[in-house]
Formats: sequence, structure tokens, C-alpha cells
Amino acid sequence: MVSKNESMLGPYRVLDLTDEKGLLCGKMLGDMGADVIKVEKPGGDLARSIGPFYHDEPHPEKSLFWFAMNTSKRGITLDIETADGKALFKTLVKTTDFVIESEQPGYLDKLGLGYKDLEKINPGIILVSITPFGQTGPYKDWKTSDIVAWAMAGEMYMWGEASDPPVRISGASQAYMCAGADGCMGAVTALLHRSISGEGQQVDISVYESCVQIDTSNRLPAWQMRGTVARRGGGGMGPAKHVSRKMYRCKDGWVNWSYRANPAVWPSKPLVNWMEAEGASTPYVSNFDFARPDFNQVLQDEWNQLEEPTAKFFMSKTKAELLDGAIKWGVMLYPVSTTADMMGNPQLIARDFWKQIKHTELKTTITYPGPFVIASGSPVAISRRAPLIGEHNAEIYEKELGYSKEQLAVLKEGGII
Amino acid sequence: MPKKLLEGIRVIDMTVWFTGPLTTQVLADCGAEVIRLGTSTRTQGAGGGGRAINKKSITLNFRSPRGLELAYKLVAKSDVVVENHAAGTLTRRGMGYDSLKKVKPDIIYLSTCMQGQTGPYAAHAAFGHMLTALSGFNQIAGWPDKEPGWLAAYTDFVAPRFHAISILGALEYRRRTGQGQYLDCSQNESGMQCMVPAILDYTANGRVAERMGNKCPYAAPHNVYPCTGNDMWVAISVFTDAEWKSFCKVIGSPKLATDPKFATLLARKANEGELDKLVSEWTKTRDQVDVMNLMQAAGVPAGLCETNEYQMEVDPQLKARKYFYEITDSEGETQRGNPGVQFTLSKTPIERHIGSEMGGDNEYVYKEVLGLSDAEIAQLMEEKVID
Repeated sequence: MVSKNESMLGPYRVLDLTDEKGLLCGKMLGDMGADVIKVEKPGGDLARSIGPFYHDEPHPEKSLFWFAMNTSKRGITLDIETADGKALFKTLVKTTDFVIESEQPGYLDKLGLGYKDLEKINPGIILVSITPFGQTGPYKDWKTSDIVAWAMAGEMYMWGEASDPPVRISGASQAYMCAGADGCMGAVTALLHRSISGEGQQVDISVYESCVQIDTSNRLPAWQMRGTVARRGGGGMGPAKHVSRKMYRCKDGWVNWSYRANPAVWPSKPLVNWMEAEGASTPYVSNFDFARPDFNQVLQDEWNQLEEPTAKFFMSKTKAELLDGAIKWGVMLYPVSTTADMMGNPQLIARDFWKQIKHTELKTTITYPGPFVIASGSPVAISRRAPLIGEHNAEIYEKELGYSKEQLAVLKEGGII
Repeated sequence: MPKKLLEGIRVIDMTVWFTGPLTTQVLADCGAEVIRLGTSTRTQGAGGGGRAINKKSITLNFRSPRGLELAYKLVAKSDVVVENHAAGTLTRRGMGYDSLKKVKPDIIYLSTCMQGQTGPYAAHAAFGHMLTALSGFNQIAGWPDKEPGWLAAYTDFVAPRFHAISILGALEYRRRTGQGQYLDCSQNESGMQCMVPAILDYTANGRVAERMGNKCPYAAPHNVYPCTGNDMWVAISVFTDAEWKSFCKVIGSPKLATDPKFATLLARKANEGELDKLVSEWTKTRDQVDVMNLMQAAGVPAGLCETNEYQMEVDPQLKARKYFYEITDSEGETQRGNPGVQFTLSKTPIERHIGSEMGGDNEYVYKEVLGLSDAEIAQLMEEKVID
């Protein structure tokens, strides 16, 4: 366990009001050492109903999504829409550095808990607001979802193949991951500013804009410099007289590899060397000049002579063999990892990436991915598993704020905590 | 006069391509003085080349002994070093963390590469286009019956967030303790931060995450639907009963809301294929913007699949928020692009200027920062140290 001073954000407190759109922000601040208190609605947040579930048992204390997004947080329940809840919240704000929230713009203002109100209680407060389209603009009151965010961000128009509709990344919302991380970045930036100026401010995150950022260095120049509407299927390689494969089958799955022009940047020869060493090359493959100026003009029939022996070679290898060979031969390929493959990746094992986190109430230990950085001076690490519903009510309301057991009973019966 | 954000923080930028330059772009947009090191023979890669916004550029060949000495002098007056070469490359050239810590004990030094600085695969070089496969994203993108979905260089754009946050956190730590540190980042490990729920489903349940097309386990309809025009689509997602009722009203079939085939989430999931067909029938004769506006007005999350053209030229939300910057330099050259940070601070606006050509800040850095004379600079140019 990392002590307060040994971590990046040890001295700071966070009140986390977010739903699934913003949970990653608080998790990251917590893993960086901040004292993050997840403020849940009485009975528990709705995000606890998002799967997958531990042993597939749908239960608010068994959501693996919740576990993943709330490490290093303590948890209290509080209805900030009630008068008592508001008063409690305001008391907590006095000792807090960051409030993070993901309600529609204006919601907190209506409750009297907007930035202007919080600033009066604590001038240094930093309010991080993670919303579908940001605090301003004609779409500010619109709703979003993961698929809507990626569609509007322009990325879905690029993802997948030309013959199919645009497609998203399955599973937990990637849009909210990007926005959550941006919230954390904005929060720490505002903190650094506060250390100079003494004043807090509001950090405005638009989930939409967080997604627009993805792949902009490819997608936007296509329009700006070449006036081209970038579409699925191009693979960022421009128009060609052949379709270049980007995914090949291998013995136990798939591998991401494509032959490309410009060998100084994207060398293809190392793969050819490897194929030759195993007798899998052909004269056509071995003699192919990857620097040829008409690379994109090669017709499909001829191009197939390059790809077919390669496909055959990949089919003789497993994903693990391909990864190992890629390292040995210096080939720019990676196998398409499944979550099972990740666990066996020798590099991640060597770097001690996997961390065991105890879930005492489930009588088990669950393996979690490690931190996003190995920091030599102030480690980033999971300090505790995600909180249970109201797990730290007594710790915070009684011990810290001095409420009596009797008062807490009243608040509980009143549906406030 | 209070300083702005990262004003006074000097960053030595030895990055190429996307992940590294996007990391230092965060710092540059927040007001740090980012100095790119280049030479006339070494390009700085796509994302790091050209006149990067808010960044300075000098030419310095630190592979010569005199150049390395100069680099050390500059590092001694800097706060942060960022590099994204294959692990070990800069260490061999005397520009690794251990060397630079000797000249600047509190330096914050971030290295990022595909798979991190230690371990058997550390030195492997590749691009985000493939790393996206290793991090698990291709596996869960696309259609269940087809090959893994192509996501371009997704992790190239995800990882810089985690890298920049590492540096910002280390700056805060140094502010309190006076200590610098080494930040060992891996694009793979950064990318996997966005895979945690799927990873736990494997480590706790043994289930391998698969691609599900555009489906979401707890919503229907949830897909993209064709509209008028070539390759025009609108995304619609219905999660709650209230959204379902609104949706039915919008498409002019309020009776559908209570049709037993679709009245409940379970029913909608069971008949999702039929539902998708029904929605497509309605959307295919309509304009994608009209569908989006109608749905959103009724409280149903919907949005068109934007093209790069629509996004840069038409999108009313991005226009209203001035998302794309447009700046013109003194010679009339205009640059348009998207910001280096995806947040807006209420009191501290981001300021931008077009950065320098390669070597454009040689005079400032060598004369003002390092205090060299004109004669010394001429000599160094002669010796191709300033190259």
C-alpha cells in the first residue's frame, strides 16, 4: 500500500458522482493515490447493473464492470437531491479538491450544487464535468451512448470493411474510457494551475470530442490536404489496384499484418527473411521490391502471389509462435490477442503486469491488469478493490464528520443515505 | 502576474510518429515550452514533423560528443524529457534516464514504446495499427462471423492520454517533494486500461470476449441504420422503456410500443433481427441528419455516422464550440486542426501559435537558454553538431 506522500496525488480528495460515463476518471485519480470517495445513490449506483457479472450472477455487488471501474475508491451512499443530502455533500466539499460528475449540463446548478455554489464553499474546488456533448453548444442537452459517440465522432465510418456497415468496438464503452481519461488529465492540469494561482475551475469534457480525437492524424488530413472522404476499407493506405489484407488467419486465431510500401518506415523484408529461413517463401515473394514506385498499382492477381504464400505461412504458426517470431525476426506484426492470450503474454508476465486483488466477501482473489505507467518515484497502483454499497458510510459520516449513530439511522430511514 | 498552467516547464521532445508527439502536444497546449530535437537527416515522423502547434524546434546531433555535451546542458535547464524510440535506443546514445539524471537530478523522464522498457519484448518496434491487435481491440471489433475488425491505429491515440497524465502526475509529485522520476510506459499496457471489464470476465469467469457487431447486451434497437445517399448511416440506441416509447412515436408507430414482440427489453432482444429490419425500412428513405434530430428531440440517443468532411465543415456542435482551431501566421499560412487536449478549462483558455520549422528556434535555445556566442554557434554549425 502506497502512503500519502509516496504517491502522485496522495494529499487530495475526490468526490465521485459519476455514472458509467465518468467512472474511469475517479479510478485513475484513485490509482494515482488520491482519496476518492464514490458517492452512490441510496441502494447503489445504476452502473452496478452493468455486466459482466462475477460467476454470471447478476447482483449489484458482483458487477465486474463496477469492479473494473472503481478500484482505489471508498464508497458512501447519499441522495444529493434531498435537503439533508445537500447539506452533507456541502460539508464534504469543504475538505475536497475535486468533484467529478457526469449529469446533463445544468442539473447540479438546479440543485444549488453547480460550480458557482461549490466555489463559495471551497474556492479551490475543481469540478470535472463529463457529459455527452459538453457544457455548451446546440447539442449540450442531447443524449449519447457508446455507438452514438463513435458514429458522430467519425471513427465508425472508418472501422471495419467497405462491404459492411460501420461497426463499433464491442463490450464496455470505449467512448467513456477515452472521456474518463480526459477527465483525469483535465483534473490534474487544473490542479497544477491551482498550485500557481490558488483558484479552482470547471473542467468541461465532451464525450463526443474525446472520441473525435481518435485517429485524427489520419482521418482529418485526408479531408484537409487531399479533399478525400476517408472510408472503410482503405486501411489508411490510399487507393490501390489491389485490396491488401490486414488480418490473416493463423493456426489458432488471427494475426494483424499487411505488406506496405515505404520499406524504410514499414519494413516487410524481415517477414520474408523469416519465411525464407523456414522454406516458406517463393521466388515471387523473395524477389518482390517493396520500394517499387508502382506499389499501389500492382494488380490483384499479382498481389495474390505475395499474400497467398504468406497466408499459408501464418497458418502453420500459433499466435504465441508468431509473437515470439516477430520479436526474433523484427517483424512488425502482432497476433490478435484474446483476453486469454493476454494472460500468457511472456512480456506482461516479465513486467509483473498482473495484480492479485482480494475480494474477501466473495472469498476469492481476482487478477487485474496493472497500472498504466511504471513510475519509479511515485507508483501508480490499485490500493483497494471497488467499494461495496455504503461500505464507508460509518467511516466517513460517523468518524470523520461526527454524525451520531442515531442521526445516521434517521438519514437511512429517510432514504438519504 | 500568475503563470498559466505549465508556463515555465521546459520539455525536451525526442518523439516521432503519433504516440510521442501527441503526448508532448498535451504539454505544449497547456503552455509548457516543448523543444523538439531533430537533425536535417532525421525526420521527425508524421505526427512530429512539420510545424507542430505550440512547439519549438532545434537541430542538434547528439550522436557527436560535442552534441551530447550540448544536449546535457539543455537537459540541465529542463524539467521533462519524452521519447518513444524502441527500448534501449537512447540509453545506448547516452541520452537515457540514468545519464540525464546525473545532469539534472529532478528530471522527469518518460519513455514509451510498444511493450515497455523492460522484459523480453522491450526492444520490438512496430506501429499502433498492429499494436491494436496485441492489446485486444481487433478481437472484439467487427462482426462475429467475420475477421477481426480493422481499427486503424486506435491505441496510438488512446495511449498518449495515459502518458500525459503520468507526466502531469509526476510534475505534481515533484512540486511537493522536489523529486523527479522515470516513467516507463507501454502502449500495450496503456491500451489495456480500456479493456479491464473484458479482462476481468476472463480472469474471474474464464469467458473470452468476442466481437458482437453493433449489439449491446442490454439495448435494442442498437445499431447503425442506412439512410438516403451513398453509404450514409445513422446510429440509434434504445436502452429504456421510455426511450422505446419515444422511438415508436417518432417513427409514427405508437402501437409498436405495446406490440408483445417488442414491448419489453427481453422481447426486443429476442426479436432484434426483425426489429433492425423494421428500423432500416423506416430510416432508408430519410436523411441521416433528420433522423438524428427527430430522435434526439424525443430523447432517444441517436447520431449520424459523420464523414471527415461533415465533421470539419458542417457539424453545428463542433462549430459552436470552436473545436477545430484555425490559426494564421504572419506570412499568411493557415493551419486547421484539432486540439491537443480534449478538455476545456473554464478559467484558463488554451492559446495557440504555429510552431517553428525544424531548427527554427536554434538561435533562441543556443543563445538565450544556453548562452553560446555567435562564434561558438557558427563553429558548431560548421562541425554539423547543430545540423
